[in-house]
Amino acid sequence: MIMGVTSGQWFFILQGAGWTLILSLLGFVGGTVVGLPVAVFGTSNSRVLRILTGGYVKLIQGIPLPVVMFICYFGISIAGYDLPALVAAGIAMTLYSSAFLGEIWRGCIEAIPKTQWEASESLALGKIQVLTSVILPQAFRVAIPPTVGFLVQIVKNTSYAVVIGFFDLTYSSRVINNSTFKPFVIFTAAALIYFAMCYPLSVLSYRLERKLKRHSRL
Amino acid sequence: MNSTVQFQNVRKCYGHNEVLKGISFDVPKGSVVALIGQSGSGKSTALRCINGLEEIHGGELYVCGRALHEKNCDITALRLQVGIVFQSYNLFPHLTVEKNITLAPRKVKRTAPKEARELAAHVLSQVGLADKAGEYPDQLSGGQQQRVAIARSLAMQPELMLFDEVTSALDPQITGEVLKVIEGLAKDGMTMVLVTHEMGFASAVADQIIYMREGVVWEAGDGNLLKHPSTPELQQFISNGL
Repeated sequence: MIMGVTSGQWFFILQGAGWTLILSLLGFVGGTVVGLPVAVFGTSNSRVLRILTGGYVKLIQGIPLPVVMFICYFGISIAGYDLPALVAAGIAMTLYSSAFLGEIWRGCIEAIPKTQWEASESLALGKIQVLTSVILPQAFRVAIPPTVGFLVQIVKNTSYAVVIGFFDLTYSSRVINNSTFKPFVIFTAAALIYFAMCYPLSVLSYRLERKLKRHSRL
Repeated sequence: MNSTVQFQNVRKCYGHNEVLKGISFDVPKGSVVALIGQSGSGKSTALRCINGLEEIHGGELYVCGRALHEKNCDITALRLQVGIVFQSYNLFPHLTVEKNITLAPRKVKRTAPKEARELAAHVLSQVGLADKAGEYPDQLSGGQQQRVAIARSLAMQPELMLFDEVTSALDPQITGEVLKVIEGLAKDGMTMVLVTHEMGFASAVADQIIYMREGVVWEAGDGNLLKHPSTPELQQFISNGL
């Protein structure tokens, strides 16, 4: 017993924290896979692609994440597929983080001077070659600090998956609270665990940003 | 056709603002043409039309036997034949000097890595920077960066080189090292078009000097043009020391 909570109950809370990490990872990987094309198409010369990706970003950014969670969970089950909460939450986190990462990265790509495009295209490089060899490697460096910073948002916002009954840190804390009636202890502990996951990311983001400022080789 | 570049009544607008109002001139193969004039005279725009960085809206423009005014003109193929060097160098900051130079040969011409490195060494010695292959652009001075940019263009073995105010961003003391490289290219018979503010250099190296003003070719002549200008505008331009 630590502070009126058994070690088995503490372990149960930590299990939830494990699933929070897994969902965060899903959200980040899915967000990267979908967000990168969103960012690239958002800088395209084609108006249609820009409007489509811009619309996608604004749509997702304009819907609260819990509602996205509901739509993924219930919407897809209405369509006849019974999804585990993990899959629904993973899809919702992918939609959410792809919209924000796509927007962050679009800004990073646009931060690379147009003259880099001109210089590379003047050397007869094709659009895709310019993008992969010249623009994205430079945009990548610019993108690291804000991307790591956004990971904090991903970790914290996985807690919304509780609305569709996903077993994460918020969910497991609530279950233990219901049986121990020690909300202050339980939720302070949960807050500390979330903080322990996010704080290293915040520090890393800050350090990377300072390092990048020192090396102007952008 | 013996001209590498041929402007025939070329027009170009930005919106309603016509920046090239029907210009015509020829750049014979193996010759050096200098475009001079005040800022806003259209000289840089004219230069950038030559490799398709700017689209033209009227007239005819032939470069290396290609008709740029035609819709189906293969701009990428054209750019294999035309090199350009910019005022702000525009090196790739995330790549070493050697990789800056070998990128296009490797990606576009599929040159083998070993050959590409030899090519880089060759063009770097041509611009007097044989020992800088492993450095990054921000470790070099402005003059050195500009010479790397020239080497990067030369590595594509172009038939025509364009220079867009390549010494304007440099300190007066180091413009000389860049101009010397360009002079060397002229001696080797490279066809070149350069936009420049270096009047002495233009007179020394150019076979033809073209004074542009308000989007037209105001006056043109050989290297002695600047000694004997016939229009009052060019006389004033020269006496202002611009």
